[in-house]
Amino acid sequence: MRAFDHKAKYAQLQQLVEDVLAEAGRQGASSAEVAAHSDMGLSATVRLGEPETIEHTRDNSLSISVYMGQHKGTASTAELSAAAIYEAVSAACSIAKQTAEDPFTGLAEAELMATEFPDLELYHPWDIDIEGALEMALECEAAARDYDPRITNSEGATLNTGGAVGVYGNTHGFVHGYPSSRHSLSCSVIAQQDESMQRDYWYTTARSATALDAAADIGERAAQRAIARLNGRKLKTRQAPVLFRAEIAAGLLGSLIHAISGSALYRRATFLLDALDTRIFPDWVNIEENPFVMQGLASAAFDAEGVATSRRKLVSDGILKGYVLSSYSARKLDLQTTGNAGGVRNLSIQMGELDFDALLKTMHTGLVVTELMGQGVNSITGDYSRGASGFWVENGAIQYPVEEITIAGNLKTMFQQLQAVGNDDDYPGSTRTGSWLIESMMIAGE
Amino acid sequence: MLEIVEQQLLAPAGLEQRHLDLVLDHLMGHQIDFADVYFQSSRLEAWTLEDGIVKEGVYSIEQGAGIRAISGEKTGFAYTDELQLPNLLEAAGTARAIAHAGQNRTVAIAEGSTGQQLYAATNPLDTLSGSDKIALLHQVEQEARRQDPRVKQVIANLVAAYDMVLVAGSDGVLRSDIRPLVRMNVHVIVEQGDLREQGTAGAGGRTSLDFFRHDERGLELARDAVRQALVNLRAVDAPAGAMPVVLGPGWPGVLLHEAIGHGLEGDFNRKGTSAFAGCMGERVASPLCTVVDDGTLAERRGSLNMDDEGTTTQQTVLIEKGILKSYMQDKHNASLMGVSSTGNGRRESYAHLPMPRMTNTYMLAGEHDPQEIIASVKKGLYAVNFGGGQVDITSGKFVFSASEAYLIENGKVTEPVKGATLIGNGPQVLNLVSMVGNDLELDAGIGVCGKEGQSVPVGVGQPTLKVDELTIGGTV
Repeated sequence: MRAFDHKAKYAQLQQLVEDVLAEAGRQGASSAEVAAHSDMGLSATVRLGEPETIEHTRDNSLSISVYMGQHKGTASTAELSAAAIYEAVSAACSIAKQTAEDPFTGLAEAELMATEFPDLELYHPWDIDIEGALEMALECEAAARDYDPRITNSEGATLNTGGAVGVYGNTHGFVHGYPSSRHSLSCSVIAQQDESMQRDYWYTTARSATALDAAADIGERAAQRAIARLNGRKLKTRQAPVLFRAEIAAGLLGSLIHAISGSALYRRATFLLDALDTRIFPDWVNIEENPFVMQGLASAAFDAEGVATSRRKLVSDGILKGYVLSSYSARKLDLQTTGNAGGVRNLSIQMGELDFDALLKTMHTGLVVTELMGQGVNSITGDYSRGASGFWVENGAIQYPVEEITIAGNLKTMFQQLQAVGNDDDYPGSTRTGSWLIESMMIAGE
Repeated sequence: MLEIVEQQLLAPAGLEQRHLDLVLDHLMGHQIDFADVYFQSSRLEAWTLEDGIVKEGVYSIEQGAGIRAISGEKTGFAYTDELQLPNLLEAAGTARAIAHAGQNRTVAIAEGSTGQQLYAATNPLDTLSGSDKIALLHQVEQEARRQDPRVKQVIANLVAAYDMVLVAGSDGVLRSDIRPLVRMNVHVIVEQGDLREQGTAGAGGRTSLDFFRHDERGLELARDAVRQALVNLRAVDAPAGAMPVVLGPGWPGVLLHEAIGHGLEGDFNRKGTSAFAGCMGERVASPLCTVVDDGTLAERRGSLNMDDEGTTTQQTVLIEKGILKSYMQDKHNASLMGVSSTGNGRRESYAHLPMPRMTNTYMLAGEHDPQEIIASVKKGLYAVNFGGGQVDITSGKFVFSASEAYLIENGKVTEPVKGATLIGNGPQVLNLVSMVGNDLELDAGIGVCGKEGQSVPVGVGQPTLKVDELTIGGTV
């Protein structure tokens, strides 16, 4: 992979952001904000022991929002030629002249801009060439295929590596950015036995190559997961406890964040309307956002508007303590931004004492969900209905795999009926949680 | 058309046809079986109305070239957003490194036409003035609020995209396409006491923005979104378990897209990872079912004059009277499987590799009166509108989420039920189709299909049909 000169890139993007802000001023903007991004990467895929695809990625982007008084216009370009940038700035200004006056629009308040920029160790370039990348992917896929004779086919293993630089600036005089890197290794294989064919995958991802799980471990876990699904059965329609495996439970935290986000709140499009300072979980539940995790996949000292991020409790002793706001949604709600333009950063729920096996024993009889399918979440009512597969549990032990079933309930009730959060936090990603045991849901099958 | 595209896309970068030959020559080392260069320039504009004002407009520019070299089952790929010759040659050098370097070969490309003009080669961004676009959104909003005082929030979007592409391949292909695409979505939120619900409606196609002003199409979307939201306000809990399901015409065709469409894409079948692999010529559906993928419907969202490899699109019969007849193919998978491309090689953009994708996928009409179909069900579900769906092509399990559905009791449609996910098994579900209506409809033109991280616009459609048993993910 050709070297990515992040320092030169940073200087170039910083200059670009300043130039574009100046150009917006010349075209009549009273204020403006610009984000520029550049990345370079390599993706190497092997399948059935042979190299299959090598992709070199190199993306650039620039987006600009201009304000003419309380009128806003936005444009973006994925090409950084002078002509394209001029076209984008002109388009943004032209749009701002046509949009309606919006008293809530504008940059985030100047006094909220980040002033401290700790090194969060987000940039760890990986000096790996195509041969090295293919070799690691081959080792990963081989570990999966050699794991068990029932692994009969493969969708391959892929190693991704990339570096990026992003710079954000606005007419408060704030112009800051930082380089970051991200590497990942994934494997997807197919298990077959009799008439049953099942696919599953696993992956690892990190800022630094040294933090990736071993290639062979990823392959083996993909194989184990595919084999465990073989010969799944349907269940009879029934009400039962449901244990959401940790990586699936992270999605429930995602639904929570969606429900307490500013845009859902000011549109009154959430089942958690007016829920601030009320109990939405049992009293032992604590949920935190920490933007300052070293090497964190979602770490950042400032948000997409330059606002300083902060470490905070979203849920404390089961009580909702904070919303997830940008400056716009905050003004609509007559509140102050929480520094979440662009999303939440490194969410975690306080984990309990029980490991996965202990959770199975606590549940005694019920369903472990390891995969969900489809959208099936009504964010206004909280109604929840998804396709699922996993395992049926009796006497605290897994009995057999199940598939082609649905689970249904309402998120509001599911949150209240959370019985335990495990300590089995063993999956990749920026959200940290163990598995969630929910008292009862409707399972539909035969 | 080629001339216009060359002038707008290549000329500003100082590129002529002979430069394309040069890039392809550079790509075609020995051991390279096929190579192509894909140029693209896109402009998109979107306007959003919320809280009674058009508060947001977004304009975006995308331009670049993707360069691919294929050797057997191996693919090398690189792209650049700089279209000058040195950048193209550098990307070509990177892409061809997939095979060991060797002698260059000479490629001669020849201009060709796709032979069909399914949509006008106009820029839809310019088809209405800025003030007309804003006025249209206001009319739609007012129409929604006029329907019922319980309407508390209306969000309306108007999107126009203009996409210009040119493909040059080592097989001599040199073709271009200009692709307009427009879409309007209306989302309403209604409140009644403590109850809140939502409804959405959308439409679009490869046409001009005027589409939404004709036949009150924009206003109709507003009325439909409100109607749905009000139906949802009085919806009772959906049933849980397996029962007969009658699917309405049009958008419920997302069933076909998920249950069988993806499973019939050539790449999954070449690799043997699809539940349909090795089923060619076998019965995979009831004899009532004939399913096609058709990229040639005028002005439809999923239609293309040519696919992203320069192959003219066609109507491909996937399933004929229940028998599996064809997979959907791009050039790479077709050549490895010893068949021809079906014009289904599509990509999200120049920065993505093409693969077999659907265009407009639908089931042909049958003989039954839709009323007769409903009357045949003692206890079941009548589902007329859906959100999205998803499929695991290996196990064949698929889901799709009903957003408007009713109970059928003793042959009559009765109460509306809350949204629920339906789950089934792709290779089985079409065998359970026992009645097919005479009311084939295509969807309104808002479908987006995702595969391996790439999104492309698609269409679906079907007549009313009855599936004898599907599992419904309700709560009672």
